[in-house]
Amino acid sequence: MYVAVKGGEKAIANAHALLAQRGSGQEDSGESAAQERIASRQLRGQMGVLVSRVMNEGSLYDPNLAAKALLQAQGDVLEAVTLLRSYRTTLPRFGATVALDTGALPPERRISATFKDLPGGQQLGATFDYTHRLLAERLQVSEIPKDTEEEDDAAPGTMPRITDLLGHGSLVEPDHPEDWADEDPGDLTREPTTFPMTRPERLQALARGDEGFLLSLGYSTQRGFGNTHPFAGEVRVGEVEVLFEPAEIGYEVPIGRIEITECQMVNQFVGSAEKPPQFTRGYGLSFGRAERKAMSMALVDRALRSEEFGERRISPAQDEEFVISHADNVQAAGFVEHLKLPHYVDFQAELVLLRQLNAEFEGSEDAG
Amino acid sequence: MIAESASPLLSVSGAGHHYGNRFGCRGVSFDLWPGEVLAVVGESGSGKSTLLGMLSQRLNIDEGSVHYQTAEGQMTDLATLSEPEVRRLWRTEWGFVHQNAAEGLRMHVSAGGNVGEPLMANGARHYGKIRARAADWLQRVEILADRIDETPATFSGGMRQRVQIARNLVFGPRLVFMDEPTSGLDVSVQAKLLDLIRSLVADLGLAVVVVTHDLAVARLISHRTLVMQGGQVVEQGLTDRVLDDPQAAYTQLLVSSILKG
Amino acid sequence: MLAEPRIVYNEGYLDEQTKRVVRRALLKGIAIPGFQVPFASREVPMPRGWGTGGVQVTASVIGPDDLLKVIDQGADDTTNAVSIRQFFERVAGSESTTRTDEATVIQTRHRIPETPLAEGQILVYQVPIPEPLRFLEPRETETRRLHALEEYGLMYVKLFEDISRYGHIAKTYDYPVMVNGRYVMAPSPVPSFDNPKMHMNPALQLFGAGREKRIYAVPPYTSVESLGFEDFPFEPQQFDQPCQICGSSGVYLDEVVTDDAGGAMYVCSDTDHCTRAASAVGFRASRTRGEWDFPATGTGTEGAVQ
Repeated sequence: MYVAVKGGEKAIANAHALLAQRGSGQEDSGESAAQERIASRQLRGQMGVLVSRVMNEGSLYDPNLAAKALLQAQGDVLEAVTLLRSYRTTLPRFGATVALDTGALPPERRISATFKDLPGGQQLGATFDYTHRLLAERLQVSEIPKDTEEEDDAAPGTMPRITDLLGHGSLVEPDHPEDWADEDPGDLTREPTTFPMTRPERLQALARGDEGFLLSLGYSTQRGFGNTHPFAGEVRVGEVEVLFEPAEIGYEVPIGRIEITECQMVNQFVGSAEKPPQFTRGYGLSFGRAERKAMSMALVDRALRSEEFGERRISPAQDEEFVISHADNVQAAGFVEHLKLPHYVDFQAELVLLRQLNAEFEGSEDAG
Repeated sequence: MIAESASPLLSVSGAGHHYGNRFGCRGVSFDLWPGEVLAVVGESGSGKSTLLGMLSQRLNIDEGSVHYQTAEGQMTDLATLSEPEVRRLWRTEWGFVHQNAAEGLRMHVSAGGNVGEPLMANGARHYGKIRARAADWLQRVEILADRIDETPATFSGGMRQRVQIARNLVFGPRLVFMDEPTSGLDVSVQAKLLDLIRSLVADLGLAVVVVTHDLAVARLISHRTLVMQGGQVVEQGLTDRVLDDPQAAYTQLLVSSILKG
Repeated sequence: MLAEPRIVYNEGYLDEQTKRVVRRALLKGIAIPGFQVPFASREVPMPRGWGTGGVQVTASVIGPDDLLKVIDQGADDTTNAVSIRQFFERVAGSESTTRTDEATVIQTRHRIPETPLAEGQILVYQVPIPEPLRFLEPRETETRRLHALEEYGLMYVKLFEDISRYGHIAKTYDYPVMVNGRYVMAPSPVPSFDNPKMHMNPALQLFGAGREKRIYAVPPYTSVESLGFEDFPFEPQQFDQPCQICGSSGVYLDEVVTDDAGGAMYVCSDTDHCTRAASAVGFRASRTRGEWDFPATGTGTEGAVQ
């Protein structure tokens, strides 16, 4: 037992061999030969939501690499995220793309909980909503009914963002304040974190934050811990074109399309001395199909703006330092799991102290 | 006992603080002399706590000025002080007694540690001396010596307030701000605490600004009283004069409501 | 469909630009001893909290002529030390050693070697929580202000409470120090036993906290005073007994449980020191491989040897 901790190199090599064997499916099948490997292509095609999560928290849009990482991590999402991030951070950076125009995206899915009908219409798209959660014996692919396409034809063109529609009446806060200087946002991964953060930095941190953590925080605001009175103004999913302007060329060139999910929460705001009551906004954006993440992010984004609106800050979701410091699951998992590392020097020090304190305690008992 | 001094300790001139476009208090002017106790009275929302926050530099001075005579005898415009300078004043020259003891104490640090902290913050590094001084001050606020290692969390409301007072007097401040120091306590406890404050302040010759909604507090411990309503000062003068012969209609109302109540 | 691009890692893992970022932070840290310099900590291929800060610092200071030693809990052969050493061998092709006196760069977790360090050596500490005031004041915004204004009363309150309660200061590791008479600093969770070694040390001491994104430093020959009161000065922990393998006294010891009846033996935590001290006195011990031959004392070591 003692040697196992001190025994270093050999133990590590053996452990890694065993790990690889476990991931091969050998034990499960009861066969001596490893099972057929799942191709990362299959994972990408059939577990797209999972791949999206790894891309989001790994902060890299690359379904192939995310799928590979998931396979190597034997399905451990946080391991896969770590693999992806540690790789991404070593890659050279060419620059930043032009801001995405999500209004121009022809959505595969677009719903609004605030208006029954709106320009561009509602479109359900691929969603688990309204499915009956009954386990199926086998998964089937049914044909998409023909008339759906006809309806699509009836609602052509673009679908303007709901907040742009509402914005014309100034009932919703604008995209950015009037005195807004269009500065390049800071880059969370390249500059040190210091609080208080700007909203762009905060949104970056939330975008790569743990889905479960943000979900719980968003949920807590709905239960009264920092209530923001949210309405799902709009959720949209679709592919959007990514533009890049290389310095040598001097104009924007499309470099590809990525699938994204965007959520705009519309929240009540009672107004203050400086501002009349109006709807405020929380924003969520994620790679791929990740609606729950985008919605949670939007709720938390709005909660974190409480200081900006002069609201009372009493709940965890409103506390920037608390939320941002603990949202990153690579950091959280690492530090929780580091408790597995040997601590016997510290423990020894505590042991010696405890014995001393006990001896002193008994001594004083005797004296008394 | 008012010490002889050529200039006031605090000189406030047309001072105001606003929240958004609404003023919490505005146009406040008065002088506070060394050794003088000034009561600021008014109803809730009258701006008295805002005034206290502004004087103690917890809130900005948005209009007018507040000058303070430092220990070196300089009249200093508080608005010009940097954060480190303000914090040095908090550490070495000013005390602040909160209404809620939990805001002014570390509830889970021993009474001795609470009273000793300001000394340690000012560089004291001899445990025995710090502890002796803390014990001495706890005794002065009538807390039994055997409670020194217990935490305020285990104390009654009146005891917590007394620990808070000891913590604010232990380093020898020149000016102490008090925000409703006795409200929230039982009546009998209030009376005892006021008595204690009055005798300590007199013994030490402290200058005090005490905010209270309770005219009896003003009557008992202050030399002068300033009456606030809607963010403005409506009347000020010697406490006995203000309470016995109120000039402003609002003060008359306040005084009569006390008599009736 | 296009062929997928190959996965390629940079030589030395960190790219040169990142190394420059870390070095700038290091230089700032050295210029302001004990001050925590924020830096944009990168991901490295091991979990946060497992030495990612130390790894980034080491990767940024190590060169082709360097000889690296990695220890965890004082030992060269604990799993995490092995893992980090293998990482550098793999990505940087660096030469490594277990000898403290030979190494030019020593990355450590939780210990300072027993062998005195010399000029020219660099000691890199892995730091989990760089903020000495963290458990007294959880807010970064507030702790930064306290450091800036040199308001350390709170730190002394903690020590004061210990003395009131126990009759002495009851902090045994990560014992706070005052660096160069200005900044209170967390020495990382080294035992208080090691604290005196930091004072006026001829080696350069660098501290990396990857998860918390902070770097700080103690330049050679800098004053590092462990906090205490005039009448209750800092007292490092000491052990009464010598190491049962090499016979060294005045060293930090691991307590090795030998049976389920309270039996234990005390051995050096610093394996390099122990190995060399043991060979000097004639014990056959090769602790670096985790296999020991003990003198025939019969202290229940049977089950311990693989």
